[in-house]
Amino acid sequence: MGGHSSYQPKSAFAKWFHERLPIMDLIQGQALDFPTPKNLNYFWTFGGILTMMLGAQLLTGIVLAMHYTPHVTMAFDSIEHIRRDVNYGNIIQKLHANGASMFFLAVYIHIFRGMYYGSYKAPREILWMIGVIILLVMMATAFMGYVLPWGQMSFWGAKVITNLFSAIPFFGDSIVTWLWGGFAVDNPTLNRFYSLHYLLPFVLAGLVGLHIWALHVPGNNNPTGVSVKSGQDTVPFHPYYTMKDAFAIGVFLIVYCLFVFFAPDYMGHPVNYEMADPLKTPAHIVPEWYFLPFYAILRSIDNKLLGVIAMFASILLLLVLPWLDTSRVRSGTYRPVFKQFFWILVLDCLLLGYIGSRVPDNLFWVDTPSHEGGFALTNKLVGQIATLYYFVHFLIILPILGLLETPKPMPASISEAVLAKNKPALPGHKAAVPAE
Amino acid sequence: MIMRKTFLAAVLLLAGAGLAGAAETRHAAKDIDFSFEGPFGTFDRGQLQRGYKVYKEVCANCHSMKQMVFRNLSQPGGPGFSGAQVQALAATYTIQDLNDQGEPFDRERIPSDHFPSPFPNEQAARVANGGALPPDLSLITKARAGWTGTFAQLFYGMGGPEYVYSVLTGYEEPPAELASSAPEGKHYNPYFEAGPWIGMAPPLSDGQVTFDDGSPNSVDAMARDVAAFLAWASEPKMEERKGLGFSVIIYLVILTLLLYLVKRKIWTKVEH
Ligand code: HEC
Ligand code: HEM
Repeated sequence: MGGHSSYQPKSAFAKWFHERLPIMDLIQGQALDFPTPKNLNYFWTFGGILTMMLGAQLLTGIVLAMHYTPHVTMAFDSIEHIRRDVNYGNIIQKLHANGASMFFLAVYIHIFRGMYYGSYKAPREILWMIGVIILLVMMATAFMGYVLPWGQMSFWGAKVITNLFSAIPFFGDSIVTWLWGGFAVDNPTLNRFYSLHYLLPFVLAGLVGLHIWALHVPGNNNPTGVSVKSGQDTVPFHPYYTMKDAFAIGVFLIVYCLFVFFAPDYMGHPVNYEMADPLKTPAHIVPEWYFLPFYAILRSIDNKLLGVIAMFASILLLLVLPWLDTSRVRSGTYRPVFKQFFWILVLDCLLLGYIGSRVPDNLFWVDTPSHEGGFALTNKLVGQIATLYYFVHFLIILPILGLLETPKPMPASISEAVLAKNKPALPGHKAAVPAE
Repeated sequence: MIMRKTFLAAVLLLAGAGLAGAAETRHAAKDIDFSFEGPFGTFDRGQLQRGYKVYKEVCANCHSMKQMVFRNLSQPGGPGFSGAQVQALAATYTIQDLNDQGEPFDRERIPSDHFPSPFPNEQAARVANGGALPPDLSLITKARAGWTGTFAQLFYGMGGPEYVYSVLTGYEEPPAELASSAPEGKHYNPYFEAGPWIGMAPPLSDGQVTFDDGSPNSVDAMARDVAAFLAWASEPKMEERKGLGFSVIIYLVILTLLLYLVKRKIWTKVEH
């Protein structure tokens, strides 16, 4: 990192400090002066939003941990103690619980942004792959966090998900016993989940550091996908993007707080307000909304092992996305056919999410039980088709499309694209861009 | 453009499908109005006091409320009993304690003690109720949704208090085809989540509880009152939350607006 900075220590102390730890230089170069394409749209604010959310989860989580008790007989009551007795505890608890949902909302938008604009392509493959690992760690963190209140869905969710590992041949059952720390989801399970739930966010913070480091080597991609050609294409990160990000964070916080203060239980499951009871299975065991598409993939395959493999594959596949997409054009804006398939994929993922929340054997859409005999379009069948399509998109459509598709003509530079956008009536007119 | 429209339409359809789901034999809760609904709704103190009376005189015979402490009853945002009233209320119950010789003895409860539970343990509760367990009511209005549906729950709330009201007022004659197969000691109630057969006999009857101020005491009125009380008990700090939320949103809106103006001013100098 470094190298872009115009940092000049102003005082004798600053100079002394700089010679020993050039951190102000780093900040100036990476966070203030950093040249950033001037045409980024609001989809590029989600990285900043995510960083803010990670901070918010850490902060609220640390306060919650001061009052929480990780024990199967006390965990549920300690959450109630937080909601009832701790000053502002009901708000801090809801900030953290809804924060997880908002975090995932932001990360999914962030990922689809990357997919649409081809941000995973050279030279940003490592940046993208770190992102995929971040996603996996986020999922593990959220899953273990959900277990901590020790409600009915916490317990049964933990049981269903950990049980998946029993599908592994030969060692499956031993692995599950090892994960549980015993022969059932019990106190040792809760304790290790708490330990890891406290640890992983800091691992995430480290990964985010690497993510941004990897971003700052090639610099940002942009909506045209055309690389930065000259200083005219960029503006310094501060104040241009600090202010744009701050504004977007403000809007995001408003949405977040509307949920926290006025619909705090909307994203959660009511039965999690009931303490875990290993003898009472809830009518429907459903994961949090952000896991539903993966849950649908898991349940669409009857063979448990294959289901588990498909579920993990659906995420790990993203690691090799940079090499599955054979097109050299980055931005979907200039790929007329890709664009259509992109939106179909988005729909497919939403459909998977819907299926994940339904009873598999019910009829699709009407959602009533299907009767025996004959063909029936069940939720499960639709889930199977959607799962298949998900893999077809990445493994077949993307590689072939890159070879067949004729991209639209691309602008020579970001500045040219900006001019063409702002002065559509005068094509070919090239005014000097006031570079400030 | 067409793609984008199809996409939007599909999203709306998908979200709407949630509304259509569920509800075969089970009825969605009756959507009655409560004073504490919506972003500005607050509790009606009188109603909470009446609801507590219904709980204390009727429901407390079978249902515990383990999360509740007597002092909650005089907390701001609650039924608004005075400190002295709560002290007197608590003192009508006893709790086992140890004296300075280490011997157990019964003393009067004080405001920092929990509500008493009707049964010493789950098994005793089941035996007394024909095998059915009367659930703890501290969180019942949060632990149940009155209806399903992505939009219904967003705009009308989760419907927990309405669920309680509907169960209490929802006893019916079973339909003819089910009547013959009625399980021993169970009652037909299509609003009950694990129903339609419920192990609780209709707990309320008209005029059962008398209110000091002569408020109506029909089954319907008492069911509303006790549902409101249980809604408060599930989140004693609801009023604080909404009040603070209001200030937070106003603050954020102003801040965001200012940020927008700053951002726009900065960017006017750059073509982008
Ligand atoms: C005679 C004992 C008794 C009394 C009095 C009683 N209940 Fe119940 N209640 C039960 C039992 C037993 C169940 C469990 C029924 C079952 O699981 O089939 C129950 C279930 C319920 C449920 C349904 C809970 C669920 O799981 O969805 C609600 C709500 C409820 N009671 C509220 C009340 C209220 C409010 C009162 C006071 C007006 C009250 N009950 C009085 C015994 C009682
Ligand atoms: C904790 C979660 C994450 C944080 C805090 C985070 C943070 C950021 C930030 C600050 C940026 C620069 C601003 C922007 O482009 O929005 C960025 C860019 C990027 N992120 Fe993330 N990110 C996270 C998760 C992910 C995930 C899960 C992926 C992909 C699987 C991903 C892929 C990318 C890519 C490809 C870019 C470059 C985008 C471009 O320049 O066009 N990120 N991230």
